[in-house]
Amino acid sequence: MDTFIQQLINGLSLGSLYALIAVGYTVVYGILQLINFAHGEVFMIGAFGALSTSLVLFRGTTALWTLPVMIIGAVIASVTTAVLMERFAYRPLRHAPRLAPLITAIGISVFLQELVRLNYNQVPFTSWNPFDLPDAKSIIPFPSIDVVTGPAIQMGGVTIQREAIFTIGALIVCSALLWWFINHTKMGHGMQAVSQDQDTARLMGINVDRIIVVAFALGAVLAAVAGVAQGLQNHNINFRMGFLAGLKAFVAAVLGGIGNVAGAVVGGLVLGVIEAMATQYIPGQFGGSPWKDVWAFVLLILVLVFRPQGLLGEKAVDRA
Amino acid sequence: MHQRSVVQVGASLLIVSLALSACGSRSDTKTATNGNKTAVIGVMAPLSGDLSALGLGIQHSVELAVKQANANNTIPGWTLKVEAKDDEGKPDVGKNAATAFAGESNVAGVVGNLNSSVAQSTQPVLATAKIVQVSPANTNPSLTQGANFATTPVRTYATYFRTCTTDAVQGPFAARYLFQKAGFKKVATIHDKKAYGQGLVAAFSKEFTALGGTITAAETINPDESNYQSVISKVKPTAPQAVYYGGEYPQSGPLSQQMKAAGLNVPLMGGDGIYDPKFIVLAGTTANGDLATSVGAPTDSLPAGKKFLADYAAAGYKEPAAAYGAYSYDAANAIINALKVSLKGATDVASTRQATIDALGKVSFDGITGKVAFDKYGDSVSRVLTVYKVTDLKWAPVLTEAFK
Repeated sequence: MDTFIQQLINGLSLGSLYALIAVGYTVVYGILQLINFAHGEVFMIGAFGALSTSLVLFRGTTALWTLPVMIIGAVIASVTTAVLMERFAYRPLRHAPRLAPLITAIGISVFLQELVRLNYNQVPFTSWNPFDLPDAKSIIPFPSIDVVTGPAIQMGGVTIQREAIFTIGALIVCSALLWWFINHTKMGHGMQAVSQDQDTARLMGINVDRIIVVAFALGAVLAAVAGVAQGLQNHNINFRMGFLAGLKAFVAAVLGGIGNVAGAVVGGLVLGVIEAMATQYIPGQFGGSPWKDVWAFVLLILVLVFRPQGLLGEKAVDRA
Repeated sequence: MHQRSVVQVGASLLIVSLALSACGSRSDTKTATNGNKTAVIGVMAPLSGDLSALGLGIQHSVELAVKQANANNTIPGWTLKVEAKDDEGKPDVGKNAATAFAGESNVAGVVGNLNSSVAQSTQPVLATAKIVQVSPANTNPSLTQGANFATTPVRTYATYFRTCTTDAVQGPFAARYLFQKAGFKKVATIHDKKAYGQGLVAAFSKEFTALGGTITAAETINPDESNYQSVISKVKPTAPQAVYYGGEYPQSGPLSQQMKAAGLNVPLMGGDGIYDPKFIVLAGTTANGDLATSVGAPTDSLPAGKKFLADYAAAGYKEPAAAYGAYSYDAANAIINALKVSLKGATDVASTRQATIDALGKVSFDGITGKVAFDKYGDSVSRVLTVYKVTDLKWAPVLTEAFK
């Protein structure tokens, strides 16, 4: 029983990261029918933003009060990236055939990875490093903030990592704020309207361009929080961390029902738990950590075969 | 109208790209400024990415060897140049680098690669071009002795040599240390599914169980991921006394840190892939007690090694020589010694390639890591290994021994 709870907590903590990133994918898809493959890089840039804030402003102290400032730094970095991405890469392609923004997204993903790898510690085309930032070509240790990192908490036979508590707590808080935003603010209602029918929403006087920017920014805020959480969990960040996390989060969004925000959260948690359980409980030759990704994706395929709209389905009204 | 603009754009793009490619310079400088002929020694290593600390150390050590050879006029009538290509630690990028070397006619030899998985792709390419390849760091035995190296060793590529010893020696060396010297009878193994890690763990496990120990768990991790909690939770209940890891420091550092934080407070032991100062940085304050084996004696334990480190520092390279600097220096000198024989009286490099292969098989000299000579498979004859332990958050040598 202890092992079960242990792996459940591992799975929920991993799944919370996927869920936070998956919301960004699903919100953009719901409004634009665009799969923003560069969202993983927004997550990565959020983590780098938090690291930069810590190094530049606090010279790497680990006091707890620096954590909110780091999160703000992460949010600023990722929202800026997402908004610029939308303005200069996706808006001009708003009326292009569907393939063009998709390929652009892949291109932006590569561009952002290389931008961080080559220019994190030096202004482009120079070797000027005003803040003495570390080289991003190899992995960089992430500051271990007091209270949220440190020795794990023992409860009976179960070891609960503090970072896991932080991640799951962050997911709960962010989900609550997200639910309140979408259901109880004018902007949130506008987002629901635009995802149901863009043209009618425009006729109703909703500024669709602004809603789209807000959608990107919203996804970016959650991805920034996920970036800080991952940095705290793994104690290091690197420029490639967005690639695999983004891929898994996209899978989680599809699993839960693409376009459905609650589905993204549920899909992320389910994927994380399945990975952890598959590592522990599948016996024999096809079990253990080598096969956990296989089982997670087998589950995805089964869900899509029998329920193509995902676990929670598309929430938008059918286009008649 | 639309079609005409496509043709216009397409045609102008084509013309511009052709013009630009013509403007590109060809890098075939056949004669150096003093009338000497030029021979190139290539370097293939990860110059960017996670393992760049090791790769840049390899590059600079080869540059130092070539600089000294040119200064001493070791090969009269010839000037040596170093050309370094980044293989990023990835097989397909390495293959491109090897193909580029194979296409240049004045490449006399290549020092590389770092990763066994990359060498598996580059060996055939360089072998077809008959360019000698000396690796300072590949430890997978199948690279010199074929896929069935345990039962029927057969040399697949006559052009491939290495100055370091193999995992067929390194794995059992670690097994004997853990079982006999440290007294651990129950060990769990983890590897990253790549050629190096998997081979090392297999060699370790075979010897460890033959000595009488038990492998309590055999797990793997995905090297692209950075969260190893589920694997650690699976290994912890089996109560191992140590964890043996096959792979490199970008994964093993965080693994060690996450292991200790989750309550699995046992030493992590690895091979030469984790022996790097960056491992301790990534593993954090709980790294004390972790172990690693590395090929050869510590560089500064031999007088020739001390001189190499002094020369390296004097040359002013930004990055340190790292774990494989000494082996790369010996690899470069092995090629230079072979070229002393094969380039004598030759007019160009390409025709001497077979002679270089033959000469390299016969070299024998005292390098800074010990005696440099190759056996019939291309493996190094010296099988000295060292166990290092993290003490006070620094690697300190514990035991240096020749494996029998």
